[in-house]
Amino acid sequence: MADHAVVGDDVVDLSRRKFLTRATIATGAVGAAFAAVPFIESWAPTERARAQGAPAEMDISKLEPGQMAITIWRKQPIYVVRRTPEMVKRISGHDADLKDPQSKDSTQPPYATNELRSRNAEYLVLVGICTHLGCLPKQRFSAGELYPSWPGGFFCPCHGSRFDLAGRVFDGSPASINLGVPAYSYPNEHTLLVGVDEKGAA
Amino acid sequence: MAAKSASGAPAPGPDGGTSAQTGLWAWLNKRLPVAEFLNDQLTGYYAPKNFNIWYFFGSLALLVLVLQLVTGIFLTMFYKVGEASSFDSVEYIMREVDYGWLIRYLHSTGASAFFIVVYLHMFRAFLYGSYRKPRELLWLFGMAVYLALMAEAFMGYVLPWGNMSFWGAQVIVNLFGTIPGIGPALVEWIRGDYGIADATLGRFFALHVAALPLALLLLVALHMVALRRTGSNNPDGIEIKEKLDPQGKPLDGIPFHPYYTVKDVVGVGVFFVLFAIVVFFVPNLGGLFLEAPNFEPANPMSTPEHIAPVWYFTPFYAILRAVPDQRMGALLMFFAVVLFLFVPWLDRSPAKSIRYKGLPSKVALTLFAVSFVVLGYLGLQPAAGLYVLLARIFAAIYFLFFILMPWYSPLGAKPVPERVVYHAH
Repeated sequence: MADHAVVGDDVVDLSRRKFLTRATIATGAVGAAFAAVPFIESWAPTERARAQGAPAEMDISKLEPGQMAITIWRKQPIYVVRRTPEMVKRISGHDADLKDPQSKDSTQPPYATNELRSRNAEYLVLVGICTHLGCLPKQRFSAGELYPSWPGGFFCPCHGSRFDLAGRVFDGSPASINLGVPAYSYPNEHTLLVGVDEKGAA
Repeated sequence: MAAKSASGAPAPGPDGGTSAQTGLWAWLNKRLPVAEFLNDQLTGYYAPKNFNIWYFFGSLALLVLVLQLVTGIFLTMFYKVGEASSFDSVEYIMREVDYGWLIRYLHSTGASAFFIVVYLHMFRAFLYGSYRKPRELLWLFGMAVYLALMAEAFMGYVLPWGNMSFWGAQVIVNLFGTIPGIGPALVEWIRGDYGIADATLGRFFALHVAALPLALLLLVALHMVALRRTGSNNPDGIEIKEKLDPQGKPLDGIPFHPYYTVKDVVGVGVFFVLFAIVVFFVPNLGGLFLEAPNFEPANPMSTPEHIAPVWYFTPFYAILRAVPDQRMGALLMFFAVVLFLFVPWLDRSPAKSIRYKGLPSKVALTLFAVSFVVLGYLGLQPAAGLYVLLARIFAAIYFLFFILMPWYSPLGAKPVPERVVYHAH
C-alpha cells in the first residue's frame, strides 16, 4: 500500500493512523453533540412557563347576548362573543366579499372550520390578534357602523383590516387570512375552557 | 520611537525588534513582537495610493464597534434584565445615573451609526468590485459581520422592553414560525414561553452582551486578517501587488502609517461632529433611531399604532410585506440578505471597478441603490395601497440586480489601465 512511511528504522502504517484520527474526530463530534443537548434544552419553556400557559377557564353564563368578553390565554387576548340569532344571520350573504370564506388557509380546529367558525352558533371564540401584523382588532358589531353595507364584525385600527362576525377577513384588507380560533371546549354549559379540546391540551 | 530606515519604517532586526536600540524598547521587543507587529500592520503595510472618500468607512466601523463595546459595558452596569425591571432600569439610567442619558444615547445612536457606515462600506465594495477574486473570503467574512450585527441590533432593541421592543420581537420571532414543519416548535424554543416573555428577554440579553459581541470581534479579526493577506482593493480595481519596485514594494502603494492613519483621523473627526449633533440635539432622529412607542412599557394587550422596525431593517421589512403570502414573504426577505453572499461569483465583468465597467453595470448599481433606499422608506410606511405596489416594483428591481448580474455585468467593459490613476494634490 502507498499509505506507508518510513521513520528511522520503523515502517509506519499511515492508513491505520488515518483511521485512528478519523475515529477520534467522529467520537469527539458525537460527544460534542451530546454535550450540546443540555444547553439546547435549557431554552425550552420551563415547567413554570408551561403551567402558566395552562388552559384558561371562563364563566360564560354572565355574558349577555351581543356582548364580547376578553380573556387572556398564553399572553394572547381571546375574544369571546355571544352572538344573537340576528347577528348570526348577518354572517351569511357576503361570501363573495371575503378572502377565505371557507377558512381553507386560516388557522382553526376542525370543529371551527365552518361558516360560523365555531362549535355552536351562539359563541364565537377568536384569538384577538390581527393576522396582518398583530394589532388588536376593535369590535364594530352593529350593522352599518363602518359604512352602509357593513354587516358588523371587527375592525383593526392599525391598517384597516376588516373581519365579519365569524372573524373572516374582507377583501381589501391587508390581512390575508381570517382571525385564528384557539382550541376550546365546554366542560359544562356555562364554562368555556380555552386551550383544551377532545384532542387534549394545545 | 525606533530608528527609522530610509523608507521611514523602523527596521526590524533579526529578533523582530530594532536591534540597534537598547533600553525598555529593546527589552520589550525581545519579549513581545511590538515593533514587528507595528511594521507588519502599519508602517510596512502598503495600501493603494489612490484611496478616496469611500475608504473611510472601514476604519469608522471599527471605531463604532469600540464605541458600542465601551458604552455597552457601562449600560450593563445599570441595566436590570427582567420583564418587571428592564423598562424601569432604562428610565433609571436616563434620569438618575449621572450622564446615564449620554451613555445610553451614545449607544442607541451608535447602533444606527454602525449600520450607516457598514452600508456605505458595502456600497464601496459594490462600486469598486472589492468582493472580486482574490477577496471573496474577505467579502464573506464581512457579510458574516453584517449578519451578526443584524442579530445584535435586533436583540439590543428588545432589551429596553418598550412596547415596540415587545411587538418588534413578536413580529420577527414569528417569522421563524413560517418554516414548514418545525416552525411553531422552533418559535416556542426561541421564546422559551408561549409568548415573548421574561425567558426571551433573558436569553436575548445574554446573546446581546456576551455571545454576539464575542462573535463580532472574532469575525472582525478574521475580516482584517483576510484583508492583510490580499491587501486592499482600490477605486481602479487594479492589483497593486503586480507592479513592484526593486525593493519589492508596490509602485502604487504607500505605507498605511502615516498616510492612511492620518487620513482616517480626519474621517473620525468629521464622523464625531455629525455623531455628536445627533446625540446631543436629535437622539431619536424623529423616530428613526428610537421609536416613540418604545417610551411606553411593553404591553401584550396593546399594539403600537404602526409596527415598523428601526430604519436599518426596513428595506427587508418592505420586501416581507410586499408579498401577499407570509411564508413566501419571509423566504424572499431571507433571500434578499443571502444573495449578497453570492455576489463575488455573480459578477462576471472583466473589470472590477465601476470606472471601467459598462453602462449596464452602472445603471444596475444605481437602480439597486435607489431601490434599497426606496424600500427602506416604504418599510417605514403603512403597508397599504400604493405603498404595497411600489414595494413590489422596487423589490423586483432589487432581486433583478443580483439575478441578472452574470449577464449584464460583462457588457460594455472598458480596458483597465496598467497602473492606478492618481493625480497628486
